[in-house]
Amino acid sequence: MTEKKAAVGGAKNWLLRIRQASTFNIFLILLGMCVILALLAGGKFLSVSNITSVVRQFSFYAIMSIGMVLVILTGGIDLSVGSVFAFSGIITCMGIMRWGVPVFPAVLLGILAGAAFGLLNGLCITKLQLPPFIATLGTMSIARGVSYGITGGYPIGGLPDSFKFIGLGSILDVPTPIIWMVVLALLFSVFLRRTIRGRWVYAIGGNEEAARISGVKVNQTKIIVYVLCGMMAAIAGIATAARLGVGQSTAGVGYEMDAIAGVIIGGASVSGGYGNIIGPILGAAIMGVLRNGLVLLNVSAYWQQAVIGVVIIVAVSFDKLQHDRRSSLRKTR
Amino acid sequence: MEANLLEMRDIRKSFPGVQALRGVNLAIRAGEVHALIGENGAGKSTLMKILSGVHRMDAGEIWFDGAQADVGSTMEATRMGVSVIYQELNQLPNLSVAENLFTGREKRRSRFFLDQRETLAQAARYLEDVGLDVDPRTLCKDLSIAQRQMVEIAKALSVNARLIVMDEPTSSLTDREIDLLFGLVRRLKAQGVAVVFISHKLEEIFEISDRITVLRDGECVGTVDTADCTEDQLIQMMVGRSLTALYPKREVPLGEVALRVEGLNAGPSVKDVSFYVREGEILGFAGLVGAGRSETMRAVFGVDPMESGAITVLGKTLSHHSPSEAIASGIGLVPEDRKLQGLILGMTVRENTTLASMGETLVRGFVSRRKEEEISAGYVRRLDIRTPGVEQKAVNLSGGNQQKVVIAKWLATGSRILILDSPTRGIDVGAKKEIHELMGELTAQGVAVIMVSSELPEILGMCDRVMVMHEGRVRGELSRDEATQERIMELILTTKNQAS
Repeated sequence: MTEKKAAVGGAKNWLLRIRQASTFNIFLILLGMCVILALLAGGKFLSVSNITSVVRQFSFYAIMSIGMVLVILTGGIDLSVGSVFAFSGIITCMGIMRWGVPVFPAVLLGILAGAAFGLLNGLCITKLQLPPFIATLGTMSIARGVSYGITGGYPIGGLPDSFKFIGLGSILDVPTPIIWMVVLALLFSVFLRRTIRGRWVYAIGGNEEAARISGVKVNQTKIIVYVLCGMMAAIAGIATAARLGVGQSTAGVGYEMDAIAGVIIGGASVSGGYGNIIGPILGAAIMGVLRNGLVLLNVSAYWQQAVIGVVIIVAVSFDKLQHDRRSSLRKTR
Repeated sequence: MEANLLEMRDIRKSFPGVQALRGVNLAIRAGEVHALIGENGAGKSTLMKILSGVHRMDAGEIWFDGAQADVGSTMEATRMGVSVIYQELNQLPNLSVAENLFTGREKRRSRFFLDQRETLAQAARYLEDVGLDVDPRTLCKDLSIAQRQMVEIAKALSVNARLIVMDEPTSSLTDREIDLLFGLVRRLKAQGVAVVFISHKLEEIFEISDRITVLRDGECVGTVDTADCTEDQLIQMMVGRSLTALYPKREVPLGEVALRVEGLNAGPSVKDVSFYVREGEILGFAGLVGAGRSETMRAVFGVDPMESGAITVLGKTLSHHSPSEAIASGIGLVPEDRKLQGLILGMTVRENTTLASMGETLVRGFVSRRKEEEISAGYVRRLDIRTPGVEQKAVNLSGGNQQKVVIAKWLATGSRILILDSPTRGIDVGAKKEIHELMGELTAQGVAVIMVSSELPEILGMCDRVMVMHEGRVRGELSRDEATQERIMELILTTKNQAS
């Protein structure tokens, strides 16, 4: 295979690599959906303002999915992200409004809150040896309950514009959430591809026992991964609170499923060891475009959920079929 | 001449990067034990997987009992009368023996309800047929590997198998269990069942088989009557060259004590174990399967926790105790099961090779793909790992080459003490010799080697000193001159008497 690549060389080599990239199919699906929507909805879909708002919308999900893919790569799962999303937003808002913390430290405080829940998840999973599903099911409830408790269920509004900028503003005409998404995606891409710890994440998902025997610090790496996932959920939660101008304990209900769906549509293996950063972003994009398209086509909000479910199944089976076909082609060659 | 029960004609099959079978012919008669041998990667397993419907052949014909057969699935193969007993027994550990026997074709009383009594009665009958004296209600996970194998054979009988393929059935059995298995094989033979016996152990093949077919590089080298050939002939057929010395032991001057273990206790199967190994020395660990040797090595390496004891590496005592500390101190462990513990099968040769020495691949703090490729390609050359490239996934390599990748991983860390747990189990003669030669080469560089092996000839051939373990304890230590198969067995057996 390496010889073949070397022989082709140049621009063709580059094209071939794109063709063979694991996320190529997912990209095709996204492109196909955009084409269909452009045909059906025309200018309404293709307008710059619509596209920008779609990207801004899904960038919050994408940020959560980036955290989630790290966890899923190790063979785990994190159900608490939706609740942590709400909790971190509230902590930041309360910091600014009630405790008089300036905006920047308050945001850090919120991210720290997300990290703390991630740490709790990681400790439950490594020290108490709880299955990730159960540990994070527990913290999901804890984070949600604490959010209700400290706010008494009331939303926290009246936030300053400097805070709202995080979710509403734009830099050189690019909305801030999109910038956060791109920066975080690049950071985590480098983390996974170019650092030792990143390789360990894949190794743990591939074969935990073999990884341990190879000197991989399995528990430490898992804890780090859950902390990062919690921080990403926090960032998404804080940015959303900034965009809506309100921190509320009901935010992010069910978002864990969107984050997981993004990762899965993005082609990662649920059993770990296989996947990348661009996949979940494309996955989140597919769901974002779909939601937007359904609105433009006047599909009732009640039905949207069902359509999204169908698309998850179709997209994943399409990717799987393509994958199987490619590997069987390789076998017979 | 008897009619053939099975004929496979001109079978061809290719996988990514390899032509696994290039026109293989195989003929099996009813009621014979037919050994299938060849180096790993020679195509034995592929051929059997085609026969059992796991793989589709690219070209060729299969004739069974005088009719051409199209084996499209494992179910069709079973219906035809072919059963395969794999090395990795695929049983449901939490179900009983009886339930496992009838998985997928449960005895039922009506459309929806299981017939418990009939299941147990029939199970008891088949268990008796294979001479396995256990209650059919026993859970499969409570059986020994040998007993679970018998269950599989009973299962084959229950579907009226006329040809049973046994893929290295003896690899994890003790000598006594092997005798029992062979007794059963002879009984099957007397009933007219044909047995295809895949093994790397030539002694066993001579003991049990009627005819032998040798495969090499996906081709059939020939079929011979067992009575008419010698071990040397067979080895020559398998490797295409004659192996001069079976065990290339090098004489190396011994250095300082590299690793010292004192009073190690870890769980029920490691009790008060003490030993040491010097630089340039090969220390063998002999004993029966389950003697606690692998557990000892795992505890030394920090995979399993130890309760008490002291481990000193090159004069420094290990404190914190984890695999990463062991690795940093210069120990490497090639574990017992290369697929479950040694390799990350879904990762490439490159990624597996550098996994334990990622620090070496850094350029300005980041992992350099080019550096990884350099390192791994270097070991592919040095250890002659047969792979289309470093980007090949480990799962696609043959057993011998997989094991070489595991060893390469430790060489890349610069291990000064290498623990090899059953390094040549299930590996073909050629790769085995290469691994033995590599052990010699390493000792010449002053590396201390510990080898756990259940093959006494290998222990006697390679080691400077032998520790004999039984039931979690060291029962004795023999020098190279003292060690014989009889002495080792004696040490093990006397213990048994004391224990009972």
